[in-house]
Amino acid sequence: MDQLFNRKYIVQGLFVLIALILLGRLFYIQVASDKYFLDANNNALRKKFIYPARGVITDRNGKVLAQNQPTYDLMVTPNEVKPFDTLSLCNIIGITMEDFRKKFHKAIVQSRYQSSIFQKLLSVQTYATLQERMANYKGFDVQKRTIRYYPDSIGGQLLGYIREANQREIEKYQGYYKPGDYIGKSGLEKQYEVELRGSKGIKRILYNAYNVAQGSYADGKFDSLAVAGEQLTTTIDVEIQKLGEQLLTTKVGSIVAIEPATGEILAFVSSPGYDPNLMVGPETGNNYMRILSNPYRPLFSRPLRGRYSPGSAFKPLDALIALQDGVVDENSTFNCPGYYIAGNRRFKCEHVDGNIALRRGIARSCNTYFWSIFAKMMLKKGYKNQHKAYDEWQEKVRKFGIGDTLGIDFPGESAYKLFTAEDYTKRYSKYWGYTTILSVGIGQGEITTTPLQMANIMAIIANRGYYVKPHLVKGIGEGKHIDPKYKEKHYVGIDAKHFEPVIDGMQDAVNSPIGTATESRIPNILMCGKTGTVQNVHGKNHSVFIGFAPRDNPKIAIAVIVENGGYGGAYAAPIASFITEKYLTDSLKGRRINGATIDQYKSTNLLPVLKDKLPKQKIKTDTSKVDSTKKTVPLKSNTANNQFNKVAIAPKNNATTE
Amino acid sequence: MQQQNSRFFFNVDWITILIYMALCAIGFVNIFSVQYDPDKSEAFSFSAEYGKQLIFIISALVLGLSILLFDSKFFSVFAPIVYGVTILLLLAVLVVGRNVGGNQAWIPIGSFRLQPSEFAKFGTALLLARYISSFNVKLNSLKPILICAAIIVLPMVLIMLQPDAGSMLVFLSFMFPLYREGLPGSLLIIFWGAVLLFILNLFVSPSLLICCILIIGGLFAYNARKRLQKVINIGIITLIAICYLFVAKYLFENVLKPHQRTRIELILGLTSDNRGAGYNVIQSKIAIGAGQLTGRGYLEGTQTKYGYVPAQSTDFIFSTIGEEWGFVGCFVVIGLYMFLLLRIVNMAERQRSVFSRVYGYSIACILFFHVFINIGMTIGIMPVIGIPLPFISYGGSSLWSFTILLFIFLKLDSNRMGFI
Repeated sequence: MDQLFNRKYIVQGLFVLIALILLGRLFYIQVASDKYFLDANNNALRKKFIYPARGVITDRNGKVLAQNQPTYDLMVTPNEVKPFDTLSLCNIIGITMEDFRKKFHKAIVQSRYQSSIFQKLLSVQTYATLQERMANYKGFDVQKRTIRYYPDSIGGQLLGYIREANQREIEKYQGYYKPGDYIGKSGLEKQYEVELRGSKGIKRILYNAYNVAQGSYADGKFDSLAVAGEQLTTTIDVEIQKLGEQLLTTKVGSIVAIEPATGEILAFVSSPGYDPNLMVGPETGNNYMRILSNPYRPLFSRPLRGRYSPGSAFKPLDALIALQDGVVDENSTFNCPGYYIAGNRRFKCEHVDGNIALRRGIARSCNTYFWSIFAKMMLKKGYKNQHKAYDEWQEKVRKFGIGDTLGIDFPGESAYKLFTAEDYTKRYSKYWGYTTILSVGIGQGEITTTPLQMANIMAIIANRGYYVKPHLVKGIGEGKHIDPKYKEKHYVGIDAKHFEPVIDGMQDAVNSPIGTATESRIPNILMCGKTGTVQNVHGKNHSVFIGFAPRDNPKIAIAVIVENGGYGGAYAAPIASFITEKYLTDSLKGRRINGATIDQYKSTNLLPVLKDKLPKQKIKTDTSKVDSTKKTVPLKSNTANNQFNKVAIAPKNNATTE
Repeated sequence: MQQQNSRFFFNVDWITILIYMALCAIGFVNIFSVQYDPDKSEAFSFSAEYGKQLIFIISALVLGLSILLFDSKFFSVFAPIVYGVTILLLLAVLVVGRNVGGNQAWIPIGSFRLQPSEFAKFGTALLLARYISSFNVKLNSLKPILICAAIIVLPMVLIMLQPDAGSMLVFLSFMFPLYREGLPGSLLIIFWGAVLLFILNLFVSPSLLICCILIIGGLFAYNARKRLQKVINIGIITLIAICYLFVAKYLFENVLKPHQRTRIELILGLTSDNRGAGYNVIQSKIAIGAGQLTGRGYLEGTQTKYGYVPAQSTDFIFSTIGEEWGFVGCFVVIGLYMFLLLRIVNMAERQRSVFSRVYGYSIACILFFHVFINIGMTIGIMPVIGIPLPFISYGGSSLWSFTILLFIFLKLDSNRMGFI
């Protein structure tokens, strides 16, 4: 028996072993893994979201650019639907029986137990009618939502639009959005999505196995209220934004205006644009497709992505660097016989000026003068060290914000490359000199900028040597806090004293009879500026004007580009003049420029004729890229255009000075 | 008489009774939780499951205490009669039984229903104890083993006819008391080896399995190469094992019912089915897992209260404990069971009579089997064969039968110094 007595321990050992197995498994399920815990919550806990109102967007003076208006979605929970008078419901919401069947089927496919959207965006009237009879329609329910409304119908590209979040965005924001939620897709709506959306409120409701609500979870202890989105105060001035958009309708181009001292963007016009109200409401889908397929690309953000040679608008910058380098002073003169000789080649200047100094050089936009100072800068270290000199020069240009993004608080800013000496060596092998890249000296060739960068250069000159990163939002919510990087001053390494001679020249360009934009002079306001006429291999030249006003204590720096607008004084300068006048005096005196009223400017149609070109190819015409390999050809054509410019201006000038 | 009475009360193992009552109380508390609806604050109702369970517990306690008043010799003497009566009941249920959930296992008596298979357990335990304790029975020869097997298999066959595989399998636990009394360990190894082969057969390809058997057989034969008889025996066993494979496969595919097959396949992970047979287990696992370390709190379980787990108050009562009391609660319940089981085994060993010892082992192993299978199925390591958790699950028949089982042993134990 003794031997058998030991079997007790085997039996007891078995009991203990099995108990340990059970406890081990329980430990895994209950403590080590939280998979089952989460599953239980998925089973019984449903979250009901309460959507907050999206933040309002205002202009710099508090005028509303984007607000919310209520709308109603009809929801359906298929398994709660009882037989009812379907026809009456169809009549109220304006669909056919056929549609009804389709929508109902779709809802069933989605889920029998969970409510899904049956009909989106009911009008207030429909909602009112429906509300009276809701009791007849078991299983149907109306959910309130808000959608955007834009009182002035302006700033489509600037404000951006909101649509349902796609899968990628849902993943990116890690669980905040679910299918059907709205998200800012472009513009400020996208950039400030997190601030604007606020946060959803969550109600946790328990459901039993038959999907019947059993009341709120833990007496609402874990529920949260919806927090409304923050108000966004932009830097935009609604008046000049509106005026800018009107002036550019039926033209391709952009306007950027900056308050120089603060870097705040006052106007941000991209044309053609679109009415932001088209992107809300039941027709959104169709409107969106129409806008998307428009060959002039209304969704393309030209102020930030448009690629233009600055052309003559680059000349003030060139002069500043030359002065800082000490290769010239304001009184250094060069002889302009109507051409410039570099090596064994002769480049034409559009006018004969004789001995010309800085002030007149800028006012007259004399190519010979600027080629000469460019040559001086390139040769300052001797003939052999031109590459080094070029690299030093391009580093200085870079400080003006060219060759990289400026870091605006807006999605999609492009950075266009500024060539280094090495880049040129790659292109031409090492045998290149200043004559090879002469066009760069007058803002053509490899130098390309966005309209924003051009406006920023003007802000630098207006500030006499620094800029604040341009930005579009002044304040978020009550605290009005913005990123401190939009308060920092960035100095460009040019002494303040060198600015005055350059500004003198720019003042003459607008305000003296010899200038290229004298027509655009504003009475009683000293506007300084520079025209540019950028040749464009695909069509008529682009009209460019950059400037600031008033000369002392400037309030606005502006860049205007009108594609295919001809010479700078023809369209860009007058548009800049009207906008500046409007901004500084808050009124328009009704003057004529080049003999035309503001309304005539507004209605002029400069849209390029599209020769069965796809929209994608169209964009390449924006870049008036001049290939240095055939540099003489574009320079010649440039000259020709500038001559045309002058000839054209003269008679009109006579006609209106009376 | 006075003396005897006080001796009797000292001799009864009150600690076991306390554990028994604790388990019953845990059962009542959790059945109440399953039915509790915070929105309907009804008065206590005796028609609800928790109300009925209270009646069952009180009546079981009365029943148990009255068993203590019987004479110890009664159980030994009347063992064959009790066994005979339970066999008759098992026959009767096949004729007059009511079909509940596909099993003809219930005899309706008034508003209650009697489940004879529950009572067959202690009938069998008594007769088995009586037989083994009778003079000159040694479990190392063939005849007594066969007689024991017959005692056990007869009720199993009758229960299988209902058919109630879960209750039938409980009778396998009688193997352990037999083992304690001298049944050769090799028989147990062969039996469980067969079970293991049966399971392996389902997801390992037969040819691979045959190879394995041949290799193992070969190794054993090589080891015993000096003795021809042993080599021959090993050869025969290997051959039987291979034949068994095919028979088992046939049995599985043609004798087991489809729902039983799916349950076995589910437990082995051969199929997954979240809505069908696997639903119970998945929901039960979710409920238990949701309890985490300390549980959601009493009456706070969402998974178990809102009807996600079927058979909540009966077979899956453990998932309520798991959800509302967490790992700590599970640990306490399993700890109580282990304490009870180990104590019963120790008590069985202190008996002077073989009858009491065999009976004690029998009930310990029956309880163990129930606890292991029931908790195992709620956490997905045992197939769902629908047997109750002793003392805790809702149901009169099972509570009464476990009470009778336990209290007969307590009575025997209180009289352990005497001869039966």
